[in-house]
Amino acid sequence: MISAIVRTALVSLRRDRGALALSFILPVVFFSIFAVIFGGRRDTTSKVHVLVVDEDHSRASGRLVQGLKQEGSLVVKTRPEPVKDAEQPEYTAATAEIAVKEGVGPIAIIIPHGFGENPISFGPADTNRPTIQLLEDSSDMVAPQMVSGLLQKVAMTSMPDLMADQGSKYLDQFAGGLTREQRDRLNEGIRQLRERQESGAITAASGSGSGGIIAFNARAVVGENKNNPMISFYAAAIGVMFLLFTASGAAGALLDEAESGTLDRVLSSRVTMTSLLLGKLTYNSLLAFSQLVVMFLWGWAVFKLDLWSHIPGFIVMGVCTAVAVASFGMLLASICRTRAQLGALSTLVILIMSSIGGSMFPRFLMPEAMQKAGLLTINAWAIDGFTKIFWRDEPVSHLWPQVLVLVGTAVVFFAIARRVARRWEFA
Amino acid sequence: MSFPTSGTHNSSLPLRIDGLVKRFGQVTAVDGITLELPSGECLGLLGPNGAGKSTLIRSIVGRVRTDAGTISVFGAPADSMAARNTLGWIPQELALYPRLTCRENLQSFGRYHGLGSARLAQAVERCLGWATLTDRSTELVKNLSGGMKRRLNMAAGLIHQPKLVLMDEPTTGVDPQSRNHIFEMIEKLRDEGMSIIYTTHYMEEAERLCDLVAIIDHGKVIAQGTNAELVQNTFGSRSQVRARFAGADERTATWVAEHGGHPVGGAAEFTVEHPTEIAGLLEASAKAGLELIDVSLRRPNLESVFLHLTGRELRD
Repeated sequence: MISAIVRTALVSLRRDRGALALSFILPVVFFSIFAVIFGGRRDTTSKVHVLVVDEDHSRASGRLVQGLKQEGSLVVKTRPEPVKDAEQPEYTAATAEIAVKEGVGPIAIIIPHGFGENPISFGPADTNRPTIQLLEDSSDMVAPQMVSGLLQKVAMTSMPDLMADQGSKYLDQFAGGLTREQRDRLNEGIRQLRERQESGAITAASGSGSGGIIAFNARAVVGENKNNPMISFYAAAIGVMFLLFTASGAAGALLDEAESGTLDRVLSSRVTMTSLLLGKLTYNSLLAFSQLVVMFLWGWAVFKLDLWSHIPGFIVMGVCTAVAVASFGMLLASICRTRAQLGALSTLVILIMSSIGGSMFPRFLMPEAMQKAGLLTINAWAIDGFTKIFWRDEPVSHLWPQVLVLVGTAVVFFAIARRVARRWEFA
Repeated sequence: MSFPTSGTHNSSLPLRIDGLVKRFGQVTAVDGITLELPSGECLGLLGPNGAGKSTLIRSIVGRVRTDAGTISVFGAPADSMAARNTLGWIPQELALYPRLTCRENLQSFGRYHGLGSARLAQAVERCLGWATLTDRSTELVKNLSGGMKRRLNMAAGLIHQPKLVLMDEPTTGVDPQSRNHIFEMIEKLRDEGMSIIYTTHYMEEAERLCDLVAIIDHGKVIAQGTNAELVQNTFGSRSQVRARFAGADERTATWVAEHGGHPVGGAAEFTVEHPTEIAGLLEASAKAGLELIDVSLRRPNLESVFLHLTGRELRD
């Protein structure tokens, strides 16, 4: 009897492709995505993009910049990407700050004038000494911590001669003075160290360092005045994921209507398939936009999200996101034959899109390849747009890439849905 | 309450079908049907399940792309906007929005037909009254009884005051009382001069409601005319004798077949030129050793015509 029940259930499962996919494919896909994100495969570990401004142009600052460039986990940029093959001028403190605000990189290192005179400090910090500035985007909680640690490491490994030189100065100062013979021997040792460094015998990648020898001041240039910095990110991230679910569910009404015969009756009236689908798209878009409004209002009321000073940007991104997810829902509904099929497919696709698109885990913490893959999702573009508004306080005009992609996606998805929906027009 | 149907359309026939063919893969659902519906008449499409009635109706509504032949509705091609405006379709399925009220459903379908607010309000009240659902107008459709849903389903097809109504088995799944209610609704429409196409596999519905009947089987019209014409053309003045024998077995079936009869629902049916032939038939059965339980004489009807023409019962 038990075996008969098991057998019946197995046969049913085998014929339910949606349930099969949810049971066996989705877990494997999810496991793979998170394994790639967290698994730490060396060749896919996320690199931190750092903007470096060398105002000092001393030997010490040059060595520090060089050391940072050799650091495998950093991508060091000293100037913006070429525009039409024309090389751009090096970053200044001001342009680097703007670049961080625009999200070009999560952190900028400003090496000030005079840094080379006393690059390394032991003991209490000297407030009169020129100090390195770290300009941070605090939405990225990892990059500033990582860069400040690596800064110490690079100082240790790429400028050992300067460390020794600075150490001898401290020794001379605090030990009551060195004899001429002692100072000569120390200088000779430092010279040899410098020669070894310049010959490449010591590299930034070798050895290990400890922190605290390079003084720096960190300042958040993005999100510094936010009441609750990550709320806007999560409102967008979670919001888009649920919008996708809602949109595909709402679009599924088409399948219900086809099944009940209501669709046939509607299409026998003056309503054409195109106007029917446009009507559904409009409704689903309004529904999605309303959901976003509710979510952000809740964020404002409970979590102090600064909604009111970002209304124009919110409306632009909200409308574009709503239309994109609505057309995505229409596409899914049009290619499915039944509600059950739609439920399985939408769960599969939306969870995958949300995981690689940043709805479950910030994309900037993902490996680069996955960050790029995320750009194939609505989630990534929508979250980027909302982040620009609520996090970076960028003007609405800066939203054009997100608007273009989301609206373009909506147009393409709707066109495909319209094409596929021809099967409902005539038997 | 009335459904005005005259004065606005041209003088063309409400429906003209010529050589219509529709195939689904290897199956020919409609096989060269030619039909005409005069204005103000009710034409019954009578045939068993799978005969092609619904496909024919869906072709007229423009929901099926035909392989050959033409359909014109008041002179306009099927699926044209002009045809849609003059056609009302009552599908076999309950094509309603279950989470909307009766009134909201009618309003929705009225808007789909382009009715403005004033005309829509009038049409909704008229249809609610016709379907005797005025007092249930705010009830959600999902909470209505089967008969009420059927009536609302019909009302939704008439919301835009069509001149030709296609009713595809509108009494499917309703109890006898509700069915009678629906018949009265249709009779009212017919009395007001509306042109109607009515599909059914119930002979009594066709006999009660239809001025003309087309018998359809395997996608073809195998006979058409008024009820009387169909019976007369098929049987002439002949009558039918239905006899029931005890212990119906192979021997009985063989005897029935040898005497020109055929089995019908556990009995045997014979066609006789004159009622006096019954005596000879009964005598022959007694000689063959068959024990007669019951015998009746009746005039042939549409079901007899169908059985005679196809060798099958309507609800096979």
